[in-house]
Amino acid sequence: MSNTILEMRSITKTFPGVKALSDVNLDVREGEIHAICGENGAGKSTLMKVLSGVYPHGTYEGQIFYKGEEQQFRSIRDSEHKGIVIIHQELALVPLLSIAENIFLGNEQASNGVIDWDETRDGARKLLSMVGLSEDPDTLVTNIGVGKQQLVEIAKALSKQVQLLILDEPTASLSEKDSQALLDLLMEFRKQGITSIIISHKLNEISRIADRVTVIRDGRTIETMENEEITEDRIITSMVGRSLDDRYPNREPKIGETILEVKNWSVYHPQHRDRQVIKNVDITLRKGEVVGIAGLMGSGRTEFAMSLFGKSWGQKITGEVFMHGKKIDTGTVGRAIRHGIAYATEDRKTFGLNLIDHIKNNTTIANLPGVSRWGVIDDLAELDVANDYRKKTNIRSSSVYQTVGNLSGGNQQKVVLSKWLYANPDVLILDEPTRGIDVGAKYEIYTIINQLAAQGKAILVISSEMPELLGITDRLYVMNEGRIVGEMPTSEASQEKIMRSIVRAEGKAS
Amino acid sequence: MTVQTAPTGVPADQTKTQELSFFGAVRANMRDYGLLLALILIMVFFQYFTAGVLFKPVNLTNIILQNSYIIVMALGMLLVIVAGHIDLSVGSVSGFVGALAAMLMVGWRFPPELAFLANPIVAGIICLIVGAAIGAAQGYLIAYHRIPSFIVTLAGMLIFKGLSLAILAGKSVGPFPAEFQLLSAGFIPDVIGPTTLVAASEGVQPLILHTTTMVIAIVAVVATVFFAIRTRARRKARGYDVEPFSLFVVKNLVIAALVLFFAYMLASYRGLPNVLVVMGILIAFFVFLTKRMTFGRRIYALGGNLKAAALSGIKTERTTFYIFAIMGALAALAGMIYAARLNSATPKAGQGLELDVIAAVFIGGASALGGVGAVAGAVIGAFIMGVMNNGMSIMGVNIDWQQMIKGVVLLAAVFFDLYNKNRSA
Repeated sequence: MSNTILEMRSITKTFPGVKALSDVNLDVREGEIHAICGENGAGKSTLMKVLSGVYPHGTYEGQIFYKGEEQQFRSIRDSEHKGIVIIHQELALVPLLSIAENIFLGNEQASNGVIDWDETRDGARKLLSMVGLSEDPDTLVTNIGVGKQQLVEIAKALSKQVQLLILDEPTASLSEKDSQALLDLLMEFRKQGITSIIISHKLNEISRIADRVTVIRDGRTIETMENEEITEDRIITSMVGRSLDDRYPNREPKIGETILEVKNWSVYHPQHRDRQVIKNVDITLRKGEVVGIAGLMGSGRTEFAMSLFGKSWGQKITGEVFMHGKKIDTGTVGRAIRHGIAYATEDRKTFGLNLIDHIKNNTTIANLPGVSRWGVIDDLAELDVANDYRKKTNIRSSSVYQTVGNLSGGNQQKVVLSKWLYANPDVLILDEPTRGIDVGAKYEIYTIINQLAAQGKAILVISSEMPELLGITDRLYVMNEGRIVGEMPTSEASQEKIMRSIVRAEGKAS
Repeated sequence: MTVQTAPTGVPADQTKTQELSFFGAVRANMRDYGLLLALILIMVFFQYFTAGVLFKPVNLTNIILQNSYIIVMALGMLLVIVAGHIDLSVGSVSGFVGALAAMLMVGWRFPPELAFLANPIVAGIICLIVGAAIGAAQGYLIAYHRIPSFIVTLAGMLIFKGLSLAILAGKSVGPFPAEFQLLSAGFIPDVIGPTTLVAASEGVQPLILHTTTMVIAIVAVVATVFFAIRTRARRKARGYDVEPFSLFVVKNLVIAALVLFFAYMLASYRGLPNVLVVMGILIAFFVFLTKRMTFGRRIYALGGNLKAAALSGIKTERTTFYIFAIMGALAALAGMIYAARLNSATPKAGQGLELDVIAAVFIGGASALGGVGAVAGAVIGAFIMGVMNNGMSIMGVNIDWQQMIKGVVLLAAVFFDLYNKNRSA
C-alpha cells in the first residue's frame, strides 16, 4: 500500500502573463484515494492537465514519475496508454450516442474498422455492472441523469484498463444519493487496487473517503495531510491561508413587510404535457429576509424559479404573483425584471453569461436602459457602472474589459451577481449561488447576500448544500416533488428536520 | 477552467492606471489595425503590378462603384452573422428587387391613375419596403418558428431567383430613367465650383479639383478628430485608461491622411459618387448602431449566448426578426444600386453575390459562431475582395485564377484570425 505510484516533482506551468503552477509537488501512493483541494484558480485542474498530457511534455517544467519511470506524455492518448484516465468536470459524453457507443468511443470493439456490436454490448454490460449501473447499453446517454452519466464515464475509464483514475469535481452536479453511490464505488475500487485522485470542493466527502489530502493554493503545494490529520477545518485553513472561524458571516436580520407573494403556482413539463412538475406552490418573501428552498435534486426548485421568472420553463403555468400587494404579470423575462424580480441561474455558463464578451457588457445587459437614452448607450456612464459593481462584488480581474470566459468560477458568479444587482430588483432569486466556487469566494457571496438583505431586498436562495442554507437564511421552505412540504424558521431547522419533512412527504405520496 | 488571469492578491481597484505603452497598445489593437494594414498592402501590391493603374482617380472611383452593393449588404450581413445566423438569400433578393424596380419604372404599363408608381422615387421606396417585407417574412420564420436561418434563406434564394426570372419573363429590362441611374452613375454637384490647380495648356494635363468634395472631406476629418479628442479627454477626466498620446496622434494623422488622399483622388476625377454618400451615411450609422445603441448591444449578447440573453430580458425573437428585416431592406437597396449601375435588370442579376457578402464579413473577423464581428472589419473585408477583383482584372488574370486566389485569401484571413486568437488565449 505504501508504494508510490505517481510522483510529480517541481511542476511549474506558465501561461502568458500568469504562473498557474509554481514548483508543485505531489506524490500518490498505490491504491489510495488522494484528494486535491484548493480554491478555484489555485491550479488543481491545471496540474491534472499536466499529468494527463493535455499540456504536453515540454510546455511545463518539472518531472513526472509514474511507477518508478519518468514519463513524458505528449497527449492524452499517451497517458491513457499507461492507465491514467481523467474524468473532467464537464462530462465528455456524446448525448445522442448510446451508453455502449460512448464507453467504447475511440476504442471501438472492431476488427478492420467494422464494429462488432455484440462484443460492444457485452463489454458495456460487463463494465456497467462493475460500476453498479443497471441500464440497457443501447439507451442514449441523453436519456439518463447526470449521476448515471458520471458512472458511464467511469465505466469508460475502466474499459481503458485504468490504474490511476482522476476525477475532477465528480459530485459537483450530483444529488446526495448519487454522490454517495459514487463515493462508495471509489472505495470499492480502492479495495481492487485502483488508485484515485479526486478533486473536490465538498470537504465533508473528502474527509470521509480520502486517505491523504494535498492542498494547493495560488499554484503552490501547501501541505499533504495524512489520514488521521484530515479535518474540514484544517483543509479550509490551508486552502484560504487563514482560518475561517465561521464559514458564514453574521446575520442580524431586520425583516419588514411582505414584498412578494406567490399563490397556487402550478407548472407542467415542457415536453410531457400531462406531467405536473410544480404543484400548487405558495410562498411569501418579506423585506430584508433571506429565505431558502431546500430539497433534493429534481425536487422542482429550479423549475419553480424559472417558471416564475418570465415563464422561462414549462407550460400551462397557472397561479398568481403579488408584488407589494399588487397582482403582477411575470409572463416575460422583461416584465418580471420591470416588476423587480431577478433570477440568477444555477448554470452560469449556459444561462447566465456571454462568455465571449467582457465584464462590462455582461454587467449592464439586463438593465441597458439604465445607461442609455433613446436607445443610445452612454459609454462612459456604462464604464462607471461596470467599475462600480466590479468593486462592490470584488471581482478579481485586470479590468472590466476582461473576457468573462477567462475568469474563475467564483469571479464569474460575481459577474452574474453584478448583472442582477445593477438591474436593482426588490426580489432576488439565487439558484445555487455558490456551486463550484471556492470557500473564500463563497464567503464573499454570503456577505453580498447579507448586504442586499440589509438594504431591504428579499432574497430567495435555492441550494443543495444544507449547511449553507442553515448558515445564511432566516426561513426555509422544503420542497419535494414539486410541492412545498415544510416551512420553518432557520433557527429551528436542522439537516435532520429538513430530511424528515422530505421523507414524511414521500411517505404520504406513496 | 481554473486559470485565473489575475493573481488572487491583486486588489480589484486598479482601473485607474497610467497610459499604456505605445507598442503595448499597438499590439493590443493589432487585430483591428492588421486588417487595415492588409488592405493597404494589397493596394500597394496591385499599384505596383498594375503599373500605377490602381490608384488612378478613375479607377478608385470605379472600385467604389463596383463594390458599393457588396458593402451595403455586408452591413446587414454583419448583424445577421453576429446574431449567429446566415442569410443566403440576399443575392437573389437583390436581383429580384432590381427586377421589380425595372418593371415598375419601365416594364409595366400603368393606367394613368397609377402612373405615379413608375416615378423613380416612389418605385425606390416601394422596392425598399418590399425588400424589408421579404426580410421580415424570412425573419419571422427564423425567429418565431425556429427554423434554421440556413434553410429559410436557402429556400428564399431559390424562390427569389425564380421570381426574378418570372417577372422579367427571362429578358433584360432597361434602360432606367436618368434620375434612377444617378444612384450609381451620378456624382454630387460641385456647388462651390471647381478649383483649378493646373490650368490646361499645351502638353500639360489640366488638374481641376471638385471643391465640394474636398470641403466635405475636410469637414469630416475635422469633425472626426474633434470627437476623438473630446472622447479621449472625457475618458481621461474620469480616470480611465486611454491609449498613449503618441499612438493617438499617429492613428488620427494616418486616418486623416488616408481620407484626404482618397478625397483628393476622387476630387481630381468627378468628385464624390452619390452612392459613396449613401454608403458613407449607412456605414456611419451601422458603426453607431453596433457600438453605441442598445439594439446593437443586444445583437452581440444574443449571438454570444442566446439563452443567457433571453434570461436577461432581451426579446431575442423580436431582435432576430428586426435583423432580418434590416437585411432585406439593405438587399433591396443593393439590388437597386446594382440595377442602376448596369442600367438594366437582368434575370441573372445578384446571383452569387451572397457569397461575396458573406466572405467580406468573415474576412472582416466575424465569427461563424456568432457574437463577434465589427462593421469596420466587414467594410474593409469587402474592399479587400473588391481591390483584388479590380487589380487582378487589370492585370489580366483569368477569371478561374481569380476565383481560386479569392478562395485562398478568405481561408488565409480566417486562419490567421483563429491562429492569433488561440495564441492569445
